Amino acid sequence: MPAIWIIAIVLVIASAGYFFARRRAFASAGSDPRQLHSLPVYYGANAAIAAAGPALLVLLVWAIAQPLLVNSALTQYLPADIAADEGARSLAMADVNRIAGGLDAAVAQGAMTENDAQTLNVETTDVRAMLASVGVALGADVDAQTLALAQRYRAATAFGNMLRVVTIVGLALVGAAIAYKLTNKDFRARRYVEGAIKLMLIAAASVAVLTTVGIVLSLVFNTIEFFKAFPAKDFFFGTRWEPSFSGRGGHSDLGFLPLIWGTLFISLIALIVAVPVGLFAAIYLSEYASPRVRAFAKPMVEVLAGVPTIVYGLFALLTVGPLLLNAFGANGVFQLGWMSGGTAAITAGLVMGFMLIPFVSSLSDDIINAVPQSMRDGSLGLGATHSETVRQVILPAALPGIVGAVLLAASRAIGETMIVVMGAGAAAALSMNPFDAMTTVTAKIVSQLTGDGEFNSPETLVAFALGMTLFVITLALNILALYIVRKYREQYE
Amino acid sequence: MLDDKYHVDRAVGTMQDNKITAKNVQVFYGETHAIKDVNVAISDKTVTAFIGPSGCGKSTFLRCLNRMNDTIDICRVTGDIHIDGEDIYDPRVDPVQLRAKVGMVFQKPNPFPKSIYDNVAYGPKIHGLAKTKSDLDEIVESSLSKAALWNEAKDRLHEAGTGMSGGQQQRLCIARAIATAPEVLLMDEPCSALDPIATAQVEELIDELRQSFSVVIVTHSMQQAARVSQKTAFFHLGNLVEFDDTDKIFTNPQDPRTESYISGRIG
Repeated sequence: MPAIWIIAIVLVIASAGYFFARRRAFASAGSDPRQLHSLPVYYGANAAIAAAGPALLVLLVWAIAQPLLVNSALTQYLPADIAADEGARSLAMADVNRIAGGLDAAVAQGAMTENDAQTLNVETTDVRAMLASVGVALGADVDAQTLALAQRYRAATAFGNMLRVVTIVGLALVGAAIAYKLTNKDFRARRYVEGAIKLMLIAAASVAVLTTVGIVLSLVFNTIEFFKAFPAKDFFFGTRWEPSFSGRGGHSDLGFLPLIWGTLFISLIALIVAVPVGLFAAIYLSEYASPRVRAFAKPMVEVLAGVPTIVYGLFALLTVGPLLLNAFGANGVFQLGWMSGGTAAITAGLVMGFMLIPFVSSLSDDIINAVPQSMRDGSLGLGATHSETVRQVILPAALPGIVGAVLLAASRAIGETMIVVMGAGAAAALSMNPFDAMTTVTAKIVSQLTGDGEFNSPETLVAFALGMTLFVITLALNILALYIVRKYREQYE
Repeated sequence: MLDDKYHVDRAVGTMQDNKITAKNVQVFYGETHAIKDVNVAISDKTVTAFIGPSGCGKSTFLRCLNRMNDTIDICRVTGDIHIDGEDIYDPRVDPVQLRAKVGMVFQKPNPFPKSIYDNVAYGPKIHGLAKTKSDLDEIVESSLSKAALWNEAKDRLHEAGTGMSGGQQQRLCIARAIATAPEVLLMDEPCSALDPIATAQVEELIDELRQSFSVVIVTHSMQQAARVSQKTAFFHLGNLVEFDDTDKIFTNPQDPRTESYISGRIG
């Protein structure tokens, strides 16, 4: 029975529980709702939650656990030499899963009966051709052992599915029954329902936290692998980034410094563009613009925030880069010869700055608007001009929030990838010249992971070490931003 | 004292000459007609109280006197308001200059998130009233003394003004307004957020301020109006119903609406 049916049954049981528990509560109070401890709807909801909550939770866990259990149970039937090697084992199990899936499809399409599928034999049937006829293409002929395992797999899964139906429907019935039995006029149903709501909210909050933990863990293990293969000192203090192509041997220089230098340099250029422009835009929109201008201009500024970064990348590559080259290149307007190609740190930095303008302005705008009107009145009432009020009262009051906004923008700049890949070039250079091509940590993570190198070579694993370092840096920036915002908040009421 | 030098030489003239005269003042908020044809003459060196039920327009009228209503987009003011014979709504008048001359204290204490010293020094710095640091120090000290706050504040001048109690904050706001050497001080319910003790301190202060300024105070408390003011104006539904000596308003009101209000029957 498919999971969707089980869910439907559980929901039917929950609705029935709702209805009957509510009626029982009414009856126990002699049909006078004022005699009840909680509103009737709480008794019903309590029964519905008792029926559906645990059952659906178990269903979720079951869906994850069953394939794992079946796979590990079948591993013992594999030949010892295959079972011992991790790679060979997962390949063999993938074959088994694929054939089992093919047999399922064949039964579902009526090409064979369930009985045929379980008694199928490679001696008498061309399984590969048979499965191909129902739309499941296999890479090779099926051997007897794999087919047997696939048949075992299907049997185990069928058994598991049956057990699943019994367990979950049983659980729903038991939950509903207990809640029904507990229901009487003095039962504090409201407290249980409130508890269940709180648990649900906690679960939602945990997803975000657990995701962060999961991300960190997935980075940590691979980072440790990398440092086993490559000395940490050479990574953190190396000034050269010259990975050799794995498989061809040769020594790789995987120095972190040129990459982080590029990251910080480009981010700095971006912030130099974004912070003043964004802040001034925010001041104009929140302090000077008339309501009509504001209603029109604020969404327009925020449209910029919705542009995908790949489009900014194209803008850098096709428009900003050539423009800058025209101005600062060897044959440019000023005949300076500072720039030798369109892709350079300044190209990516400028475009990234444009990207961050709405980010800075939108956050700053909210913060400036949060400064109480009484501050403006107080300053204007003393005969200060509008700009004196902004400079001397509003900006100081809003400063902690603005610093927070800038730090958040910085951590976005540091994590930005697409603009850098398309606008800054690919050379890892420790250069002070903004017109040189540079690259960043994020861009190199992409290039190291998307190559065709072996997964367990240092040249690939370095991506995780880079990701981990970047994660730590942006995390530190975010924590600093939160700390500043929190520390200086509420200086005014 | 230095502050006397600032204020005394401006206060030339007899006690009873009119500092502010308003003729046929109308105020509109969008479509709403908030102030209807108000005529009033406010004397120098007196405390004038505006009383009336909530929403009667007394705060709105007060905010016309230093053109604070200019900061509200939908607000429109017509009629003539003259201060020292000068039309303050004349296009040549800079509202910024006007507000330096007509100080304002608000209903809720609104010190800036700066130190006590910087709060008081804010106006003088903006208007360039102090040539040297010691000038500024003196202005700050004399303003805080006039606001009866010097003794409490002198040891914590560089702590945040927002860290003071409500009553101290309101006196700080008064000190801040005094520091720009205004000629008129407008107070919009200055005691409504304060406890009785702080209220008594501020009222005492208002009485002393009368020596140097013309004070206009909006209040909800008729007792307060009776205690601190010499002249009282009663507003009702945007109209100025009655304007006379405080004693006369409270003992022998001419208009039946005034009588109903002060005896507690309307408002």
